[in-house]
Amino acid sequence: MTQLTNQTDGQADGPFGDIAAGTSRPLPQGITPEDLVDYYRRMITIRTIDERIWMMNRQGKVPIAASGQGHEAAQLGVLLAAEKDGNCFHFPYYRDLSLKMGSGLTPTQVMLSFMGKEGDPYSNARQFPLQGADLEHNIIQLSNVVAAGLTQSVGYALACKMQGDGRVTFVYFGDGASSQGETHEAMNFAGVHKLPVVFVCENNGYAISVPQRMQMAIGDVANRAEGYGFPGIIVDGLDLLASYEAAREAIHHARREGPVLLEMKLERLMPHTTDDDDTRYRPKEEIEAVRQRDPVAAFGAFMLEQGYLTEEQQEEIRADARRAVNEATDFADAASPPDASHLHQHVYAP
Amino acid sequence: MAVKSVIEAVREAMREEMQRDERVFVLGEDVGWRGGVFLATQGFIEEFGQERVIDMPLAEASIMGIALGASFRGMRPIPEVEFADFLWPAVNQLIGEAARASYGTNGAVNAPVTIRIPYGGGIRGGLFHSQNVEAYFFHTPGLKVVAPCTPYDAKGLLKTAIRDNNPVVFLEHKKTYRLVRGDVPEEEYLLPIGEAEVKRPGRNLTVVSYGLMVHYCLEAAEQLAAEGIADVEVVDLRTLKPLDTDTVLASVKKTGKLLVVHEDNITGGVGSEIAALAADQAFDYLDAPVARVCGPDVPTMPFAQTLEDAYMPSTQKIVEALRNLAAY
Repeated sequence: MTQLTNQTDGQADGPFGDIAAGTSRPLPQGITPEDLVDYYRRMITIRTIDERIWMMNRQGKVPIAASGQGHEAAQLGVLLAAEKDGNCFHFPYYRDLSLKMGSGLTPTQVMLSFMGKEGDPYSNARQFPLQGADLEHNIIQLSNVVAAGLTQSVGYALACKMQGDGRVTFVYFGDGASSQGETHEAMNFAGVHKLPVVFVCENNGYAISVPQRMQMAIGDVANRAEGYGFPGIIVDGLDLLASYEAAREAIHHARREGPVLLEMKLERLMPHTTDDDDTRYRPKEEIEAVRQRDPVAAFGAFMLEQGYLTEEQQEEIRADARRAVNEATDFADAASPPDASHLHQHVYAP
Repeated sequence: MAVKSVIEAVREAMREEMQRDERVFVLGEDVGWRGGVFLATQGFIEEFGQERVIDMPLAEASIMGIALGASFRGMRPIPEVEFADFLWPAVNQLIGEAARASYGTNGAVNAPVTIRIPYGGGIRGGLFHSQNVEAYFFHTPGLKVVAPCTPYDAKGLLKTAIRDNNPVVFLEHKKTYRLVRGDVPEEEYLLPIGEAEVKRPGRNLTVVSYGLMVHYCLEAAEQLAAEGIADVEVVDLRTLKPLDTDTVLASVKKTGKLLVVHEDNITGGVGSEIAALAADQAFDYLDAPVARVCGPDVPTMPFAQTLEDAYMPSTQKIVEALRNLAAY
């Protein structure tokens, strides 16, 4: 896989330049316009619910939420590649709403989860929203401890290799988690055994309030891959198709030759969580500038520019999403939390 | 029936389970060609190959985390930590993650990992090769904690632990590895997790213990019998979690006097819970306050012989405590 040599010399090309120039962009291998419309629809539903959750928090109905706004294109691009491949497993982290919901959860399931109601598909409301496992969609995220999922994902990939099942494991983490010792241990072991695992670093430049320059002395997390003996690639994580292509290549490489580190350069459009106030540590101008780099807006503009969706069709999709999210909100609001008798269940497996 | 040592029993248990079930594999520092720091996996790499006997980088967090992740894909890993004292980097994966795998996923995910941990002192191991770590795991819902003291118990319980669908902390007292020998049947057998055993029946006093200390308790009981002071019943917990409260309570109700012995620090140790259990559920049967002979509240046993001896509970210390209890 010669394309996957280390490419760590700064920012990748953004989607904005291409679109602004009005150039026609050929679709990547294996992708149809129908796929893009499908993923646009998923993206809009996810953004709609992300915004609604924030609002519900302010109404006192969602105790906590970590917004995924700004991370949608990267996660959905990877998901598209994984779905096309058909034999992938995911270890996401807490900012991966797009991956989790995009994998097939209904707005109602997501709302039940955020409101801590019976029917949360990940843990039946034992954990923070969408945390636990959704095995139906090949996802495990056990905890909030950043990087704990990295060594687990590598162990999972080791088991896949032992069983010879051809499965590729994706593990997702922020720039913050890249400082954890377990990130090093996981990558080191994966490199030694050439395991079929793709490390996806969603680098939004902040570990809660701490900027990247205070987290590491280098500009690109991808640089570290060379030290573990595998390729590290910088990807424009604000561009769904660029993320898709990188993930598709990474799957091929992981299955045949071993690990890949994808560093998705992207933005966090919202504070860390609903409990955070980013104006205390981010300059106002920066927050405003970041908002102009919204991957959802970019993908909409791309779809329009390339003629895959008209303005009217996009408005229809947004209206559908609002309707679905409204219904989900009403349903979840009226739903019951788990019965207190659940407290003692599943401490041990049978 | 053959006489074997504890380490031989541990080795046999793993070998049989690896022969029986392809999902079982071992991973840890030096477990391959070296055969493990205590030779628990001697001959394994020749028999099972490098794929199932994995020499790990010297990084405990990943040894446990990788084992846990492999268990999510249906494997049954047996990670080994060389000494209990080196376990701490792996504790998040054990207490934070593995123990909550089932609960945190509403039962969707299991973590059938058996982590083997050589522990305990009296071997001149100093501060970082002697530690007792059981209290931390005894406290943690979602884990099972096993601490056998004979070759027979070690083999039967380890085989059961490997087949269990939960994370099991399997504690092997280093001093028993070659010191303690006993009969081990040739044929296959399993021992249930969660069942204590009365190692010596008695009428007047109950001693509850586990691990190396059970042997000291048995010696002390014989001494008291020889002196004609008391007939002491020795209960070996074997499993710390889940605790076999029935066996402990039945013994205390029979004798009316209870001594708890462990090498681990006294405060917040397993003995505290046993004492609370007796106070809570056998109060009317007690003829004396519950007594404890435990390690003192210093970090762990120091290197110097004098200091190590001062730390360690001994047969003599147990005898004295039993005499006091008998006279109460």
